[in-house]
Amino acid sequence: MLGLGEDRLRADMNRLLTLLFHQGVLDEQFLQLQQLQDETSPNFIFEVVNIYFNESEKLLRNLRDLLLDREFSDYQRMGVHLNQLIGSSSSIGAKRVSNVCVAFRAASEQNSRPGCLRALEVLEHEYCYLKNRLDEVFHVSKSSN
Amino acid sequence: MGAKSHHMVAVKLNEQLGTKRKYTFINRAWLPKILVMWILLVAFVSRIIYNRMDAENKQRRKEVLVSMCDQRARMLQDQFSVSVNHVHALAVLVSTFHYYKNPSAIDQGTFAEYTARTAFERPLLSGVAYAQRVVHSERDEFERQHGWTIKTMKREPSPLRDEYAPVIFSQETVSYIESLDMMSGEEDHENILRARATGKAVLTSPFRLLGSHHLGVVLTFPVYKLKLPTNPSVKERIDATAGYLGGAFDVESLVENLLGQLAGNQAIVVNVLDITNSSDPLIMYGRQYQDGDMSLKRVSALDFGDPFRKHQMICRYLQKAPTPWTAITTTFLFFVIGLLVGYMIYGAAIHIVKVEDDFHEMQQLKVRAEAADVAKSQFLATVSHEIRTPMNGILGMLALLLDTDMSSTQRDYAQTAQACGKALITLINEVLDRAKIEAGKLELEAVPFDLRSILDDVLSLFSEKSRHKGIELAVFVSNKVPDIVMGDPGRFRQVITNLVGNSVKFTERGHIFVQVHVAEHAKALLNAKSETFLNGGSEGAALSGTCHFKTLSGCEAADDRNSWDTFKHLIADEEFRYNASSQLIGPDDAQNVTLMVCVEDTGIGIPISAQERVFTPFMQADSSTSRNYGGTGIGLSISKCLVELMGGQINFISRPNIGSTFSFTAALRRCEKNVGVDLNKSFSGNLTMALEGLKATVVDEKPVRAAITRYHLKRLGMLVEIVSSIKMAVATSGKNGSVRPKNKWQPDLILVEKDSWISGDNCGLNLRLFDWKQNGRKLKLPTTVLLATNITSVEFDRAKAAGFADTVIMKPLRASRVAACLQQVLGMGKKGQQGKDMLNSSAFLRSLLCGKRILVVDDNRVNRAVAAGALKKFGADVECADSGKAALTLLQLPHNFDACFMDIQMPEMDGFEATRHIRVMESKANEMMTAECTGGTGEKKSEWHLPVLAMTADVIHATYDKCLSCGMDGYVSKPFEEENLYQAVATFFESNPINDER
Repeated sequence: MLGLGEDRLRADMNRLLTLLFHQGVLDEQFLQLQQLQDETSPNFIFEVVNIYFNESEKLLRNLRDLLLDREFSDYQRMGVHLNQLIGSSSSIGAKRVSNVCVAFRAASEQNSRPGCLRALEVLEHEYCYLKNRLDEVFHVSKSSN
Repeated sequence: MGAKSHHMVAVKLNEQLGTKRKYTFINRAWLPKILVMWILLVAFVSRIIYNRMDAENKQRRKEVLVSMCDQRARMLQDQFSVSVNHVHALAVLVSTFHYYKNPSAIDQGTFAEYTARTAFERPLLSGVAYAQRVVHSERDEFERQHGWTIKTMKREPSPLRDEYAPVIFSQETVSYIESLDMMSGEEDHENILRARATGKAVLTSPFRLLGSHHLGVVLTFPVYKLKLPTNPSVKERIDATAGYLGGAFDVESLVENLLGQLAGNQAIVVNVLDITNSSDPLIMYGRQYQDGDMSLKRVSALDFGDPFRKHQMICRYLQKAPTPWTAITTTFLFFVIGLLVGYMIYGAAIHIVKVEDDFHEMQQLKVRAEAADVAKSQFLATVSHEIRTPMNGILGMLALLLDTDMSSTQRDYAQTAQACGKALITLINEVLDRAKIEAGKLELEAVPFDLRSILDDVLSLFSEKSRHKGIELAVFVSNKVPDIVMGDPGRFRQVITNLVGNSVKFTERGHIFVQVHVAEHAKALLNAKSETFLNGGSEGAALSGTCHFKTLSGCEAADDRNSWDTFKHLIADEEFRYNASSQLIGPDDAQNVTLMVCVEDTGIGIPISAQERVFTPFMQADSSTSRNYGGTGIGLSISKCLVELMGGQINFISRPNIGSTFSFTAALRRCEKNVGVDLNKSFSGNLTMALEGLKATVVDEKPVRAAITRYHLKRLGMLVEIVSSIKMAVATSGKNGSVRPKNKWQPDLILVEKDSWISGDNCGLNLRLFDWKQNGRKLKLPTTVLLATNITSVEFDRAKAAGFADTVIMKPLRASRVAACLQQVLGMGKKGQQGKDMLNSSAFLRSLLCGKRILVVDDNRVNRAVAAGALKKFGADVECADSGKAALTLLQLPHNFDACFMDIQMPEMDGFEATRHIRVMESKANEMMTAECTGGTGEKKSEWHLPVLAMTADVIHATYDKCLSCGMDGYVSKPFEEENLYQAVATFFESNPINDER
């Protein structure tokens, strides 16, 4: 690609990330991740985020299954899943997702099923938003490389 | 979380109040009732007292009345009986001389005279008369014999009767009754009959006497013709009766006279009654209806000698009993006193209740205030933490922004923003520190550190500022202070940074001087010094008179004990000790060492009025200070807390417009030498090697400054001599140079203080210096270096012209900097030190971690990937395990891992448990090893101890203690941050210097 285009693409990506920061979707942890990426591991972020998406999708599916089960009562297992999700989210700096998870966990600790369902909705929404945006970012960065 | 904890505090508060709301002994509801009951009781008791006193009064009154009445009755009776006796005598007289004599020896004339002359014997009788008994048959003869007829009382000729009793003899006072028949009066008739029947004196009932209007009684006494037998019958008596002697008692005047003789007669009323007919008492004396006190009377019986008649005397008080004032007043007073006492007790009780109430209220408020304080600290901690997170975001974004292409203006803005953000973060950290200290959550580390290098670091922080202001900034560490001490370097540094920072901020001219001594030593010396100074103070006075103070910069300092006079002694003593060397260090202060750090400045000082508030948080000397100099004023309070945590004290001496001297002590521990050497080497080892053994002459007119310079040079292993002027330097070395001595001082370096050079007024001297240099060319020339706080380019040129080396050593002096400059001047060792100087954390981290094999244990794939990535970036060789069990299998001994990062929260086996298992395995292996090694090859193989670092997402609840108790070596907060990681790794890799690849 032309050097000019590359510059523009980088600017695009910066703008996109800035927007995500601004919205509070991401936090400084993501920056730390970015700093970890260098010549020795050029795709570090991409890999990590991919792992994150895979794991999270699994967890989300589990959560949904658990909640939709009729005679559902295993809030403890749900808490374990949520803790995992919180941990991985804060690791990659997905701030809003991890915040929603905290709320979700609070609802599950109170054994409130409607609260959990609501939280799950929000969580899925946030997750989709994050995934779409990050996909976009990676798409841009891929094409810039 | 904030709300929750607040709720908890409130609940606790309520509980406390609930349990404490008890009253000790007074029931408030009962108080008024008790008061009323008390008043009633007092009234009742007063009533009783009144009654008793009144009764007593009455009793006394009654007794008085009784005695008076009886006395009167007795007297009356006595007088009466005297009169009766006399009448009796008269009767005897009449019978003797009238009847037994024949012819009669008595006629009316004799009788009248006799009675008149003996009337004084009968004061009660108005008169006496003798009536003869005349039976009817003898009447005519009698009338003829006497020449008058018998008349009745009404002065009429007497009608026909059986018997008559005409008066034949009478006292003159009653002569009007002569010839009257006494039997014609009813009372007299009866009297006569009774008298002759009984033979005794008899009395009539009272009636109005003839001739006077007084009440009276008539006494009648029979006179017998014959001598009677000893026990005569009534008939015999009647037959023997010859006549009757009678007398009229004027009872009224009698009693009046009698009473008149007695005292107190006007106070009582006396009645004398004839009560022969008890249903109808007849009044003999006194009025029928009396006024006077009817309530109390006394009746005394009277015996007038007539058994048929009964008399009595009744006495009364004339006036009613007087009001008993004594009783009333006594009672009233008693009542009032009782009332007052009751009221006082009531008041006291009310007061106690009120005080108790107040007390409870205060307690409540106190609990609330304490709760509020705790809440405040928690709030501060929470809020500070919450602010930190977005601030990190801002800083991160700014860093990101600075990486982009920007115009210089934009870059400037962004950099300013970043600087501000960093300042804010610093402030927040300070607040967080303070809150942590208040909550008692701050714990000090105990790691070995090099005190001198820390001081150098602090100085380097402020060197730019001080140079800009033209302030002399210097540090001096006593030789007695051990090279390496155990303590919390971060906190120690924080305190010093704070104090020096303040000093720099508030000082415009003069100097800032940091000294570190061993506390006991310095204290002892200072005390001794101040004494000698008092004794022989003339020298000091003379010196201060010249306005040149012997301090670092010549300006006056607040604590004048720190001037050269003392300092000299400190150093002198030190050198002695230094020479006497190590045997002195040994036993006396084996492990602990208390350091005293002084930071002296010549700034604006602290106003006297503000001095006591200095250590209060957010309190600056006055509000104008914060306007002029900025800052929050929290620093000193944190410093105070930290110093106290380090087991020391902080205090200061300050004089406005002269300066302040802050000094604090800190209790640290000595550290074994071998660890220390290693640490020291790592810092400036190769620098000192090159300079060791060089000789230097320091030219400085100010002894304190010279001593500091010497201290820094000595740290580099150089030998130093001090002279006060260039002239002297030239004199000593120049001559020696020419004579070429064997062991005389031959300096390799001459360091000249800028002041000494300029103030020497010495172009000439410079020339001579130059000359000397020229002359001695064949010798190894000493290099001359200028020392300066700040220097203008003109001065610099002049210096060069005067023969100084190209490099000027800029103050503040630091060992590493001095070393670098000297090496540059001496033209040696330019090789690799540039990079060393720029030892930033990430490079250091890289150097620490490079090639290390590290195990990352985390069940979360993403976290694992991130941690691994971060560690790989610093060159570590990373392996991962996804559970505690997997980690344990990997860590079966022997293994070749250098460290392990362990997630705490994991399913099945959490980090704590896994670590415990690891430690158990290790200790077993170590036991076996020591068992093997008892033979001892001398090579002490290191024991198995894998550094395990906890990874936790939860910074606030990072239970550091729990980590340690499970055998972990430290912890890292989970989203890896470079600095955090650096700190954690640095501490344990420093204390475990395993290999030397760097």
